[in-house]
Amino acid sequence: MSKPKFNNPVVKWIDYRLPIFTFMDHELNHYPTPKNLNYFWNFGSLAGIALVTMIITGIVLSMNYTAHVDYAFDSVERIMRDVNHGWLIRYIHMNGASFFFIVVFIHIFRGLYYGSYKAPRELLWILGVLILLLMMATAFMGYVLPWGQMSFWGATVITNLFSAIPVVGESIVTWLWGGFSVDNSTLNRFFSLHFVLPFVIVGVVILHLIALHRFGSNNPIGIDVKGTQDTIPFSPYYTIKDLFGLGVFLTFFAAAVFFFPNFMGHPDNYIEANPMVTPAHIVPEWYFLPFYAILRAIPDKLGGVLFMFGAIAVLFILPWLDRSPVRSSQFRPIFKIFFWVLVADCILLGYLGAMPAEGIYVILSRIATAYYFFHFLVLFPLLPYIEKTKPLPISISEPVLSGAATASAFATREKK
Amino acid sequence: MFLKSIKKVKVCLIYISTFISVFLITNFSFAAGDKISYPQKEWTFSGITGTFDRASQQRGLQVYKEVCSGCHGLRLLAYRNLKAIGYNDNEIKAFAAENTVNTIDDEGEVIERAARPSDKFVSPYPNQQSARAANGGAYPPDLSLIVKARSDGANYLHALLTGYVDAPSEKKVPDGMYYNKYYSGNLIGMPQPLYEDGVTYADGTKATPEQMAKDVTAFLAWASEPELEERKQTGIAVILFLLVLTLLSYFAMKKIWAPIKNRHV
Repeated sequence: MSKPKFNNPVVKWIDYRLPIFTFMDHELNHYPTPKNLNYFWNFGSLAGIALVTMIITGIVLSMNYTAHVDYAFDSVERIMRDVNHGWLIRYIHMNGASFFFIVVFIHIFRGLYYGSYKAPRELLWILGVLILLLMMATAFMGYVLPWGQMSFWGATVITNLFSAIPVVGESIVTWLWGGFSVDNSTLNRFFSLHFVLPFVIVGVVILHLIALHRFGSNNPIGIDVKGTQDTIPFSPYYTIKDLFGLGVFLTFFAAAVFFFPNFMGHPDNYIEANPMVTPAHIVPEWYFLPFYAILRAIPDKLGGVLFMFGAIAVLFILPWLDRSPVRSSQFRPIFKIFFWVLVADCILLGYLGAMPAEGIYVILSRIATAYYFFHFLVLFPLLPYIEKTKPLPISISEPVLSGAATASAFATREKK
Repeated sequence: MFLKSIKKVKVCLIYISTFISVFLITNFSFAAGDKISYPQKEWTFSGITGTFDRASQQRGLQVYKEVCSGCHGLRLLAYRNLKAIGYNDNEIKAFAAENTVNTIDDEGEVIERAARPSDKFVSPYPNQQSARAANGGAYPPDLSLIVKARSDGANYLHALLTGYVDAPSEKKVPDGMYYNKYYSGNLIGMPQPLYEDGVTYADGTKATPEQMAKDVTAFLAWASEPELEERKQTGIAVILFLLVLTLLSYFAMKKIWAPIKNRHV
């Protein structure tokens, strides 16, 4: 690639000393991208935009929020009622969290389906899982800040999980709380951490992008880019495609913010926190429900905690669990079926997490939990020994093997 | 070409079904707690174009003032907020002045003064303990957020206010408790608040319990979500803008991608 020519003398002067414009031109403009990416590749940029949206609205909210048990609830209501367009900022932030998770979950499942975690993208994937973990911590602490009933009791239940750790568990919980119960010091530190963690996420996102740009995006057929004939520059092709995707995303997002702002929340969180009154059902935010179901499926407290964290931990080692050299599910007929079983399993776990832990729900939770771990720990390593994969195309540009016009190859051609 | 459009339909379906399934899951989380369902009423403020009925809200304020405010506070609402439901400055001043608030004079003594429009609604009890003491141990909740703080809030409130019936013979109702078919557990500390002609409406509307329940719910729905009208109207404009933007970017994308799409096969 030739060095970009800048005409503006100021840009030239700066770029000679600090090649930031060359860098941007290289990474955002000319950046060679596989030309066959489908709409599921939109969700990465959407996640980035969601993160920025959360940070901007969050900074504005923090200017009007008071992190004190006596004032937190009322300060949020003051934002809703008296701060100019405070309701809009807060509803964007509140629903933005849900939409951030929707986008990121789709982004992760896309990676699973097309084998985007496989060599040489293992670190890219691991950084992504780390972002998910940081997001979960941030979202959890953010949910505590309005100091409603679910804030308080959610914080109590989740922080109490650490008491399951043998010997030092109780001390750790006291240390986390900064006292002997969820109280003012807990709220203060959660606010502090909720403010700072998003910037840590930004840092990891930058690493995620550096790792991505090392080998470029994976693509729906999962074979490596063979040459320039397989790629197109990021701009204008993917900038415009991302803009279109953003438009669709924002339409859904705006519908939620303006018409159903409390749909994904819990009404109990509009009741101020009261340590004397326990809600009938303590339910976490929807994006935690699958993990919550796993936690409750295990009859032992420590076991439940281990399995819950294990559900994330298996994602970290996924690049080495999956033994198949073929990336894309398009060429893995059996894996493809199980992929959708996993999706259904996760949705089922989410549903079960919302149900009371009794009767049939407990049994179903155990089956669904067992399947989740079976999928990662047994299916991923062993399936490649049984499964006969379909023939791979030669390249992205010439997908059809001579005489082997398989359905998948045809589908790939169709995409052009 | 045909296959191509099938592909597009597939993409759309995946988008939509993901969205629906996510929304369904969240819906179930509400279903977990509530086994009772309430009669679904028509509310002027529901739906994406919903607005409040000013006359109904004003009647609702009257019901709140004459019936509810004896026990229930509305502490997040200021008197000045009543401008939004159609009162003018003088009316609000007079309405506020019917209440007194404590303040400190130049000598440092605690004195009482008439409430001003900038004051929050004065609560009937100075604190929770006195509220409980006056109500047989039960705490009448503040109503500022009541419609938002209950699932299906408006219908719930309406149902609760009109849900007082004779207890079934096998159900024992202790002293100081009342039977309500829509209250969780059926035993509620609040006696039936609304009776035929319990208030005399200034606008001459017949004050049936049904009418009063609808009016006070409309008023409290506004108290919970004073931004509702502005929010929904802004929403329509924003969505229309986004639809145009999305459509334009779609055609721009098609045009930009045309050479790439045509180069193959």
